[in-house]
Amino acid sequence: MNGMLASAWRYRRFIASSILAEFRARFTRSRFGAFWMLAQPLAQVAIFSFVLSGLLSARIPGVPGPHAYVIYLMAGTLCWSLFADVITRCLTIFIENGNLIKKISFPRVSLPLIVVGIALLNNGALLLAIVAGAVLLGHSLSLELLWLPLLMVVTLALATGLGIILGVVNVFARDTGQAVPVVLQILFWLTPIVYTASILPVEYRHVPDLNPLTRLVQAYQDILVAARAPDWIALVPLAGISAALLLVALALVRRAGPEMADVL
Amino acid sequence: MTSEILRVQRLGKAFLRYSSEWKRMAGWLGMAQQPLDRHWALRDVTFSVARGESVGLIGRNGAGKSTLLKLIAGTLRASEGTVTAHGRVAAILELGMGFNPEFTGRQNALHAAGLMGIHPDAIHAELAGIEDFAAIGEYFDQPTRIYSSGMQMRVAFAVATAFTPDLLLIDEALAVGDLSFQAKCFARIETMRASGCALLFVSHSVEEVVKHCARALFVDAGALRLDAPSREVANAYLDHLWGHARGPAPAAATLPAEFFGSTGVERFTTRPFYRADEHRWGAGGARIVDYYLESEGQSYPSPVRSGARLRIVMQVRFERAVEAPVYGLLIKTLDGIFLFGTNSAIAGGGAAHDAAAGDVVGVEFALPVGLNSGAFLVSLGVSVTDASGALQPIDRRYDSILLQVVHDQPIWGLVDLGAECRILESTARVDG
Repeated sequence: MNGMLASAWRYRRFIASSILAEFRARFTRSRFGAFWMLAQPLAQVAIFSFVLSGLLSARIPGVPGPHAYVIYLMAGTLCWSLFADVITRCLTIFIENGNLIKKISFPRVSLPLIVVGIALLNNGALLLAIVAGAVLLGHSLSLELLWLPLLMVVTLALATGLGIILGVVNVFARDTGQAVPVVLQILFWLTPIVYTASILPVEYRHVPDLNPLTRLVQAYQDILVAARAPDWIALVPLAGISAALLLVALALVRRAGPEMADVL
Repeated sequence: MTSEILRVQRLGKAFLRYSSEWKRMAGWLGMAQQPLDRHWALRDVTFSVARGESVGLIGRNGAGKSTLLKLIAGTLRASEGTVTAHGRVAAILELGMGFNPEFTGRQNALHAAGLMGIHPDAIHAELAGIEDFAAIGEYFDQPTRIYSSGMQMRVAFAVATAFTPDLLLIDEALAVGDLSFQAKCFARIETMRASGCALLFVSHSVEEVVKHCARALFVDAGALRLDAPSREVANAYLDHLWGHARGPAPAAATLPAEFFGSTGVERFTTRPFYRADEHRWGAGGARIVDYYLESEGQSYPSPVRSGARLRIVMQVRFERAVEAPVYGLLIKTLDGIFLFGTNSAIAGGGAAHDAAAGDVVGVEFALPVGLNSGAFLVSLGVSVTDASGALQPIDRRYDSILLQVVHDQPIWGLVDLGAECRILESTARVDG
């Protein structure tokens, strides 16, 4: 494991420039460049707040303020988009770089690290947009925000671990690539992002709790909506699972890596 | 410090096929699964490369050359055997790997060198040298997407060779850019070699291998067939290729006067211009026992006047019955460049002849010697068509005759293509 990380460190320059390449490809030849990175999440916040708070007057039970629901929605989105972005990118990362894997000897673990870098930058932009939106809407934020990076680490560990495993499996069984987006879509609606668990009929109220992401999303919502520290005790099992998944994923890359080059 | 840079021992690579990929994956979890079959792309390959040595690797498509390079480069893992390298190995399996079209040449140089695992400080130190070698001027700071493919290859080659390894593996990557850049690429490789870098070089071009490598490996069907001086390997490879060429049935040959009365005894080695270091091999069954050269009424002329008609006659003694034998001729330069080759099936036309055991057959090739002044190597051969329709050599005598040619005009190059030149009367005159 240490060897893997040490070799990834030797390739830091390549990892950094690959992350840069993604954004350069996205923004090159566009006049406002990186502004668009912020514009998209900003527009999302603006539309949600206008439609939901302004037109539909959506409210969430127990949280006062006209814009609480917008912030609630954005908190869930912040978590979900990081999770889904990493999984979706990891899913195809080995296939897309098949030629590179076959022809150049480099640490394969750099590939998911590139994904993590790209997803983190995207997510950082979304976070900035949310904070800016919250300030504009007059929603009070607190220093509890400082917990967010820790939550992001847990989210990243979970998504990267799962993503690498799915990405490796996808090299051999391409159905994985088709199935994962469907599963992600179902998972999205099994997570209280758009709704709150309390609005569900009593007999279904326990369903989101079966989803390990629920606790994570609720922790984001605690920080951003209710300005309180997340329930860390409740998150410990998830953090443990994430760490274990990550270790399994790295072991898998080591075990299956040579065969990946054979079939790519 | 050993003088050996690479040792490959009983190396083999099998690609496994499973009835289901899920079975392959179950194997990682410790549940042993029998693969449906094993395809051995390479097996039992043993050789070593000394420091600073330059070794060519030739073989047909699918022979296992690229697999071998990938195993040495470490992108594929060996199924059996070992690869031991005493130093840094760099591979150019494809030029421009990892290049991003939106990056400038400079950024791509940094990016690609990073992908090669070069330390950032070392990359920056070499950047000026890379820019200089690529020689694409201000384009170096423009995005690569606007480059011509030749320009992109220039940058890619400059990066790939900027950091001298102890062993450089090259897979067909040198056929890049214009001729002057190609020459520059080879010059750079020569410089690397001079500083102790060994080279393992895959090419379909026998001439390139003969020109740049003293030694060559011939890989066929996943096995190392021959590890020998490159001229010898080139001959074996050409033979292998020719052996599978198909053509119409050979012409019936008539014995020329010079051979009437001959008994078919071995006189080949006694003739003028015979080269003792010829390369002779074949399955046996017939032997090329004698040859005769004639031009402008002179026997065994030296030199032959360029442009004059030359008759090359070989005498073949059959030791067993051979159905429709095919006779071949090949002319090469001293450094192995293949100038011209043909065989009786191609040049002869007409009906096939069958030879019985004990037959002595004369075969004549007559051609205008359109060559520039110099010495050339003549190879002769006789082959038989096997059950699958492929040609199998019975007796081949490569580089067996040294042909001296003199041209009465100082032309350039290897051959005289018979150019004509006229001054055309001008139809308009510009006054003033």
